[in-house]
Amino acid sequence: MMTEPQTPRAISGTIVFDGAEAMKGYALNKMCYSFNDAANRAAFLADENGYCNRFNLSSGQIEAVKSRNALSMIRAGGNIYYLAKLIGMLGLNVQDIGAQQTGLSVDDFKAKLLQAGL
Amino acid sequence: MATIVGGIGVSHVPALGLAMAKNMQADPYWEPFFKGLAPARAWIDSVRPDAVVIFYNDHGLNFFLDKMPTFAVGAAPAYLNADEGWGLPVSAPFPGDPALSWRIINHLIANEFDLTTCQEMLVDHAFALPLKMLWPDGVTIPIVPVAINTVQHPLPSIHRCFNLGRTIGEAIAADPSDRRVLVIGSGGLSHQLDGERAGFINKAFDTAFLEELVTQPERLSRYSVLDVVEQAGTQGVELLMWVAMRAALGGPVRQVYQNYHIPISNTAACLLALEPSR
Repeated sequence: MMTEPQTPRAISGTIVFDGAEAMKGYALNKMCYSFNDAANRAAFLADENGYCNRFNLSSGQIEAVKSRNALSMIRAGGNIYYLAKLIGMLGLNVQDIGAQQTGLSVDDFKAKLLQAGL
Repeated sequence: MATIVGGIGVSHVPALGLAMAKNMQADPYWEPFFKGLAPARAWIDSVRPDAVVIFYNDHGLNFFLDKMPTFAVGAAPAYLNADEGWGLPVSAPFPGDPALSWRIINHLIANEFDLTTCQEMLVDHAFALPLKMLWPDGVTIPIVPVAINTVQHPLPSIHRCFNLGRTIGEAIAADPSDRRVLVIGSGGLSHQLDGERAGFINKAFDTAFLEELVTQPERLSRYSVLDVVEQAGTQGVELLMWVAMRAALGGPVRQVYQNYHIPISNTAACLLALEPSR
């Protein structure tokens, strides 16, 4: 029996990180993967442009990183598991970027999470 | 013969690790989750496991997009944790059980699972946190890690993960040793970190999923992975780990304990303990 691959479908507010996204975001994600190493985190913080160029980020990806905007980084092919290393290094946590992505204040984002449990 | 003494499903939210590192388990925000650990530990003590098989998903510590296995089984004498980049303290090494690993690998490949096998494998918070929570003084029994890809779609189906777990259960049952194996599924429940839908949590879906997981897990195969993304969030697909854990237990199970709590960080957190009905 043959099974066809799943047809991509729109899920609101969600990007499914598939092969196309993985190709688009490869350089950006590879840079973020390097941040497992403290020396690489220090090198990025010392020379952000130089570090991004070492990993051949596209100009759009460099702009997305500079913007510190998670949605822009995701649209540039970033995968949240790798981006988390960059975001964490920049002193942000998942609630900060949750607020950023949803256009809420951090307090309102936290309140929304609490609400989900009621 | 070896036996599976039970299964644990548990969330691995990094914030839980940070809370443990800061000794904040009794604080009002964290206590509703951490209070569930004492009954789970007491139950584990009572069933006396001497080996662990843990299903977890790597978050970019051991695997990158250059080589991304769908299923990877560790076959190392020890597993090292390492810096993940965002500040979680690095755990001490975890002991492995290469003999049990190869028994599982050989059985899986004989049953047409095409695996990646790892004699070196860094294990991230999804592996380390459940073990630290369940064995706060350090886990001394050996562990077999089974990593399931949740980073890059297409992910394996629920049906496939169910069969993976079931086949591992068969491998353990056929082991002539007298090992007593605890199976852990690490991850979930509903949560989404990325996109405009960040913060998505679905209590109704989690509740229904958990109930079926206990009573009729084979029925969960009606959900596609994209259904799970839609209903449980982009990271809610970690429910695949729970499916594999449940399937490893085989037939009917008894729910020993469940503690479901919203939220821990951005996540609906849960701890579930199951025991095979005998």
